[in-house]
Formats: sequence, C-alpha cells, structure tokens
Amino acid sequence: MRVLPFGDAALLAEFSTLDDVMAHYRALSASLPPGVTELVPAARTILVTFAAPASRAVVRQWLEDTAPHDAEAGTAEDLGDIVTLEVDYSGQDLPEVARLLGVSEADVVRQHQHCEWTAAFTGFAPGFAYLVTPENPLQVPRLAEPRTRVPAGSVGLAGEFSGVYPSESPGGWQLIGRTDVRLWDATREQPALITPGTRVRFRAV
Amino acid sequence: MMTVVKTGPELLVQDLGRPGHASVGVSPSGALDTRALRAANRLVGNPESAAGLELLLGGAVLQFDDAVVALTGAVGELAVAGRRKERYRPFRVEAGQRLEIGVATSGLRYYLAVAGGIMAEPLMGSAATDVLSGMGPARLQDGDVLRVGPSVPASEAPWVPVPHPPAGTVAVRLQPGPRLDWFAADTRQRLALGDWSVSADSNRVGLRLLGRPLQRVVERELPSEGMVTGAVQVPPSGLPTVFLADHPVTGGYPVPAVVTPADLPLLAQARPGQRIRFHWAG
Repeated sequence: MRVLPFGDAALLAEFSTLDDVMAHYRALSASLPPGVTELVPAARTILVTFAAPASRAVVRQWLEDTAPHDAEAGTAEDLGDIVTLEVDYSGQDLPEVARLLGVSEADVVRQHQHCEWTAAFTGFAPGFAYLVTPENPLQVPRLAEPRTRVPAGSVGLAGEFSGVYPSESPGGWQLIGRTDVRLWDATREQPALITPGTRVRFRAV
Repeated sequence: MMTVVKTGPELLVQDLGRPGHASVGVSPSGALDTRALRAANRLVGNPESAAGLELLLGGAVLQFDDAVVALTGAVGELAVAGRRKERYRPFRVEAGQRLEIGVATSGLRYYLAVAGGIMAEPLMGSAATDVLSGMGPARLQDGDVLRVGPSVPASEAPWVPVPHPPAGTVAVRLQPGPRLDWFAADTRQRLALGDWSVSADSNRVGLRLLGRPLQRVVERELPSEGMVTGAVQVPPSGLPTVFLADHPVTGGYPVPAVVTPADLPLLAQARPGQRIRFHWAG
C-alpha cells in the first residue's frame, strides 16, 4: 500500500490489486476513527476524507496499521450483508455472451447464479455497484457501441465485473437479464440496496 | 409562498448538500459558495443549513407573500417594488411585492435566504439540486411556486462580514494531489506561474481553466479513483478542471493538485474570462 496526499482533508491509499482494496476496505470500514468522514473504494484505491478531530498524521497511521481482512479468513458475520436478486435471464446479449465464452446460454445463466458476487465499489451512477467474483468465469468485453438507453434493473457483464443498472441510463455492458428489485430509491434512508462490501447472489425466475 | 416570476440563466434550490455518500455514487452537491449561503441564512435568522436559492449571474424576479429575505454572494442591483436594497442586509418584501435581482457586476452567484427557509423534499438529508445526477428539486422555471417554512420572529440581524468578490485576478491556494508525479517536473511552477482564466464551459460540476496545457509524463491509463471537491483534474487536453460540488464521485484523469477548501467559495464567484492565480499553500 502507498498513501498519497489529496489536499487538506483527504488521503488516497493505493493498492496493487482489487482484492487488496477489498480486504483493506473491509478492515478499515470496521474500525473508523472519529473524524473520518468517508471511505470511497475504487478499482485500485481507497479515498479517505476526514475532519477534526482526525488529522492527516492520525489517518495515515491508521491506514498503515490496519491489517487487511481477507474474505476467506473471516467468519460469515465479518463479511457484508447478502442480497439475493431474482433475475429473468432473457437479456438481449445472452446469445452473444455465450458465443464469446464458447459455452451454452444455459451455462452462462447457471454460472452467473453459481458465483458469489461482492460489490467492490460503486460509480457511473448513484447506486451502480461493480460486482466481482473470484476467478470470474464470465469475462466479456463491453459492447463496441454503447446503447443510448438501458432499462433500470438490467443485469450486465463487462470485463471482470457484473452489475445491475439502478436507473435507466446509457450503457455499454452486455445485458444477460433483468431484475424487478429496486436497487436505488432516493426516498429510502439508505437509497442504495448494494453498497461496497455487500455480497450478491442471483436467482433465476 | 414564493413565486418565481423570472428565473434568470439558472435558479436552483441549494443548501449545504449531502456529503458523505460518495461510496454509493452520490456527489456532495449544495451551494458552491457555502460562505455566502450561510451568511444569508444567518441574516434572516435561519439555521445556516436551511435551503435557499442559488442564482447564476442575476436577472431574476421573485414575488413573496410578506417575507424577510437577504441576498449575499455576487454584487449587483437589488430592488423591491422599485426601491433599492442592499446586499448582506435583511429586508422585508410585502405581500405581492416583487424582488428584482440585477445582473451581477462582480461575482457570479447570488444566494437568497428567506426567513423560514425554502421547503423542498429532502433526499438523503438535503434539498440541494445536483445538476450532474439530477437528484433534488428540478431547475426552477418561470411560474414555479415554492413553499416557505415558518419563521421565528427575527431579533436584531446579526453582524456578518460583507465580502466583495474580486473583480480582477482571483488568488487561490493549492496543495499537492495524489498524481503530481504523473506530470512534468516543472508542473508545480507551471500551475503557480501560469496565466489561467475561467472557461465559459464551467458549471457546478467543474470550473474549467484555459491557459498553457500541463504536460503529463506518465501516459498509462488511470483506473478511476475517488475525487474530492477542489480536485484539479487534468484530462488529455492538459487543461485543468477544478471539481466543484456536483463533481462525479470518481474520476479517471490524474489529479496533480487540490484547491484548499477555504478558497472554494472564491472559485464559485469566478466569472468566465476572469484570471485565476494559484499559490502553493504551506
């Protein structure tokens, strides 16, 4: 881990892999010192913002002293909540995804349900979580031409990630299905159903 | 009640925003010149965090049902029923009277507080309009009617400092960002000595700067990383954008420097074409 400066009120911890980010995020989010206002995980970094009584020196020390918490090492309670999403696997890119992976459509659907996904970080739109799974068997490229309109609830694949569109938006992920579950509801106290660290399982309906 | 007779170029409901939700993809949003909104609220006896209006440039007309209001931020002519009013002084607008806010002669954003605050549906604890994500109330339109909360009878108006947004060069302090070493060795000097000016493409998401492009030496792609308000992000053009309150929570361009938070209100008031001078703090 490297700790980089980010102005007066933030530091950026940089890691060599996404697994490291997730292991450190798990440990850091369980041990927030007073004054740390936010942790923002991303693909290779965790941004830490702080205010008094925290200081740059205190936050840096905490980042350096906090041992990462690997998913395999923890007990079930240490890991994030589990959200199960029911999916209608009739996405328009399912045939193309199966072709790209050299398997049947049924195999894609089976593997997507079989994997245990974890939200690594969010981005792109409020409530959009990038889901990862160990040794992801479903890695496909993004669409060459993004769609101008992807409906809310669409379940997609792109690169090492799976994800669910929380609201209608443009998008370039390969769509394999759709869920009716509302991933984002700004009127809820916690609008996002999936936050970094949440474990996600998909079930065909 | 308060009626928007004429909005001007952009009239938004703003409060102190909804910080602390970047990990679910939500920008902080809120007034760009927080000092001015806080002052306006204090002047009319509101909590500093009450919702008010942020008006870009001026040219708005508002009608009230007997209210006490205060305007802060930009400098321009204010009049109620044709009578001149002063900025940073609370005044009464009687039922049916119109408040006219002239085009700013210096500064860029006015803040209006009304005693009792503007009542708008809060999302994640804030009524702020986020122009990037669309969260919060829609941009106000001519004819919109806003609800005003009950006000506490005002005691004497408190004293608040009356800042004058600079008409000339705006001086702003910088601190190192995480990716300063992705840029040429003279980037610290280039930022500080550069002749930067505000681009007309600037908005609540970011203040875009024109000047001599910065030179990147690390060319590999940056995986998106968390951003803060004030981050100076440098896209491939080499021309920096300073992220303001509605910035995306993550970004994929390197950040060599960050504007000191206390100086962000100055950038909120910087007009297109105005010069910006950076100084490295500390």
